[in-house]
Amino acid sequence: MGELGETRQVTLDASESSGFATTRLDALLGWARKWSLFKYPFVTACCGMEFMSLTSPRFDGTARFGAEAPRFSPRQADLLWVVGTISQRQAPVLRRIYEQMMEPKWVLAFGTCASCGGFYDNYTTVPGIDKIIPCDVYVPGCPPRPEAVIDGLMLLQDKIARGDKTPGIVKPREDPAALVKDLVKLRRGKESV
Amino acid sequence: MSERVLEALKSRFGAAILDSHSQFGDDTAIVDPKSWKAVCRFLRDDPSMSFDMLVDLCGVDYPTRTPRVEVVLHLYSVARRHRVRLKSRVGEEDMVGCEIETVSDLWPGASWFERETYDLMGVTFLGHPDLRRILMYPEFEGHPLLKDYPADRTQPLVPYRTEAEAGLPLEKLAPFGSDEGMPFPLRTAGARWFNQGQGEN
Repeated sequence: MGELGETRQVTLDASESSGFATTRLDALLGWARKWSLFKYPFVTACCGMEFMSLTSPRFDGTARFGAEAPRFSPRQADLLWVVGTISQRQAPVLRRIYEQMMEPKWVLAFGTCASCGGFYDNYTTVPGIDKIIPCDVYVPGCPPRPEAVIDGLMLLQDKIARGDKTPGIVKPREDPAALVKDLVKLRRGKESV
Repeated sequence: MSERVLEALKSRFGAAILDSHSQFGDDTAIVDPKSWKAVCRFLRDDPSMSFDMLVDLCGVDYPTRTPRVEVVLHLYSVARRHRVRLKSRVGEEDMVGCEIETVSDLWPGASWFERETYDLMGVTFLGHPDLRRILMYPEFEGHPLLKDYPADRTQPLVPYRTEAEAGLPLEKLAPFGSDEGMPFPLRTAGARWFNQGQGEN
């Protein structure tokens, strides 16, 4: 061993020959966290149907991403799925559930109502859960397709791996404006025939 | 369909049946609120009526009329296969006297309907065993389905996060433009809005 305070050059062998790999601790933790999301499903409305579709074998949208096991105690969960409309009356419950979860924790807003209140622009509905709790990923759609939710989950994994806490929104895979243009073209084509 | 029921009501209660009409197979009697309970009891207990099922009970606000709130009751007789609709009008412009007797002792199923009507329309059902809000929370002020409840007024139980707290913009694009939804003012300027295309039914 060298003297205290002495600097020594340490050379790491290439990992394939030395038998171990090196990484940063936060990257390792991020990798571990993003593949072991324990979910707390806060399912309140019709989006729950699409949530069932997402988790069942056809899409298998959670098990493939290490997010299958639901925990029905917020103390054991680290990903809160808010699936459906949150009414003003439910808001304190949702807030308490969120506060009971252990750090690190993430929130996914499933569907338009959870993201911004949807078309319920009235006295009874919270206009988006981010008015009450921080939200990491918004998945728009009424309800969203399972593919969109899988996009959202992968977006969340990416954010966890990067340690990024800014909210992300799942973008549509196709630009709706482009679709309208095609539709018009299609109609015109028919008319000309 | 069941004009017979209307005739029986008129011959028995006379002036307490303020009006009646039959349209599209539905028969409606407009009942004096003072005789509400008596009419309901007759409809349930008389063997030729035997309305054993309460289908629906709700309220409608007509802010330009006096009395302004209409309590609507739909009854059906499983035994005799006829149905009738009862209406009763209560409440002054400022909701004074907006009360009517309960029918929850005649049909127990009326209990929650009456609580709902109380919650959303502000109709007090006299003699109801447990008249509390059923859909809104106890802290809620006012009755949201009255036309003069402001369309954009919310009463959050949890204070909303501020943008400073969240560190990002929280205001979303409103789903409706100002020319959509419920932009009408209170009882004065937009009054013709309310009863457009309706008779006095």
